Amino acid sequence: MEITDEIVDHIAHLARLEFNGDDKVNIKKDLSNIIDFIDQLNAVDTEGVEPLIFMSDAINVLREDKFEPSITQAEALKNAPNHDSDYFKIAKVLKK
Amino acid sequence: MELSDEIRNKYQPVIGLEIHAQMLTNTKAYSNDKNEYGSPPNTNVSPITLGHPGTLPKMNSKTIDFAIKMGLACDCDISPEQHFARKNYFYPDLPKGYQITQDTTPICTGGKIVIKDDEGNDKSIALTRIHMEEDAGKSIHDIDPFNTLIDLNRAGVPLIEIVSEPEIRSSQEAYNYVTEVRKLVRYLEICDGNMEEGSLRCDANISVMLKGAKKFGVRVEVKNMNSIRNVQRAIEYEINRHIVAIENGEELYQETRNFDALKGTTTAMRSKEAANDYRFFPEPDLQPIKITTEKVQKLKAEMPPLPGALYSKYTNQLGLSSYDAQLLTDQKDIALYFESIIEFTKNYKGAANWLMGDVKSYLNSNAISIKDFPVSAERIAGLINLIDSGAVSHNLASQKIFPELLKGNDSAEEIAKKNDWLQNNNADEIKDIVLTVFKENPEEFERFKNGEKKLMGFLMGKVMQKSKGKADPKSASKMINDLI
Repeated sequence: MEITDEIVDHIAHLARLEFNGDDKVNIKKDLSNIIDFIDQLNAVDTEGVEPLIFMSDAINVLREDKFEPSITQAEALKNAPNHDSDYFKIAKVLKK
Repeated sequence: MELSDEIRNKYQPVIGLEIHAQMLTNTKAYSNDKNEYGSPPNTNVSPITLGHPGTLPKMNSKTIDFAIKMGLACDCDISPEQHFARKNYFYPDLPKGYQITQDTTPICTGGKIVIKDDEGNDKSIALTRIHMEEDAGKSIHDIDPFNTLIDLNRAGVPLIEIVSEPEIRSSQEAYNYVTEVRKLVRYLEICDGNMEEGSLRCDANISVMLKGAKKFGVRVEVKNMNSIRNVQRAIEYEINRHIVAIENGEELYQETRNFDALKGTTTAMRSKEAANDYRFFPEPDLQPIKITTEKVQKLKAEMPPLPGALYSKYTNQLGLSSYDAQLLTDQKDIALYFESIIEFTKNYKGAANWLMGDVKSYLNSNAISIKDFPVSAERIAGLINLIDSGAVSHNLASQKIFPELLKGNDSAEEIAKKNDWLQNNNADEIKDIVLTVFKENPEEFERFKNGEKKLMGFLMGKVMQKSKGKADPKSASKMINDLI
């Protein structure tokens, strides 16, 4: 499958990344290699074979609806680059 | 622009609704931190909710039960096998960078919600699906002038999303549909249905087409309507906007629009160029779910009576008016109280009148719910039966016995006996009283006899006074007419 500039731009946008100049050429080549590698799977005839989604046979791994104390507010916030005592702080999302 | 009915009637609105309902579980969908509205910010969180690397979700069994109950209430098929999916997008209040939802295998498929159409007739709105997912956190834009603040208490709160087919045809039908869904989740006690707090949210997909057209018009999605009334207003606004655009030959865009409740208008939120590509794929961290017939049967047995079934029972079997049936089934607790009353009396209309009259106004003036009402359904039924037996008048029951019922535990009959309020139906005694009244008020008696009918009230008053309010008014008035 050919990886076009449009595909790179689209995926980069979704991942919030930017590729320009040589970076873009390189990532195009890398992505093409990855896709070609995976494409080898298409050689296998899977006619009539149910898709396998999960590797384990486990089903219904559920938990009871029971509250258990976890971390404190201070612990929740401490690793964030910017926060006050109540909230995570990030760059303004909405333009006024 | 005001549209004439003539232009308006050329077009057919087509509406589909997506309703998100927050489940009334104790804990989150995939982790055991608290699901609670109104806690201090970022206190109902855990490493899973925060999306820390290496954490693994684990499904809350209660969410599955709740979703199945909603499916059963809507006549859906319950999927025997299902799994979860990742919906990928970046937004600051979505810490993992994806939402765990269901894509190809929703827990419920098909089904319907029965509503009233604009003419008041029953109409079935088909459901596409009901699936389970999680809520995002909250972004707060108006506290800090320089930053957006993030509160992740809501992140991971379990949701069900109820998706209708585009079978709703007017803003009134949409209003009735959301009202019905809210009533159902409240009857099932799986969601509190509070739209102001966002525990029930509605997105509307709206398009219009010429009547008789085969192809739907350009569709927009409207969000941010925090009351059922606003759902109706937003849809009405959009229908109008679409028709005006089509009439003026302007192009409409498929886009997401935001409703502004103050102005009553909608504005574009996301442009179509930035259309999202969610790259769904099966969620590898949650194992598939299998639901047995036994499990579904067990949940079915736990289901409360539902408003639709109660409504039919009241109108078809009990002979109540559609208005009464509507009022009685509006809230589950009221309906259940009514169900209890009619175990003890066959006077269904009387039971409805007492419940929606004296009882309801007591609840309102004391700002309490029927759960805290001090009088048992059996004692209210006793009061109704006492009136029906002719032992007390409705007025006396309402003004004197009802307040006494509220105070203690005596039955209506015991209260009436103790206070000597039982009516006198004894014809001889009433005759004596009437004759005494005639004798003591000769002038009024003469005038009444000569046709001055309005003096009936005066004479009745005297009779009631003499009998200390115990004479049965019907017998007394008949006696007065018989004796002149």
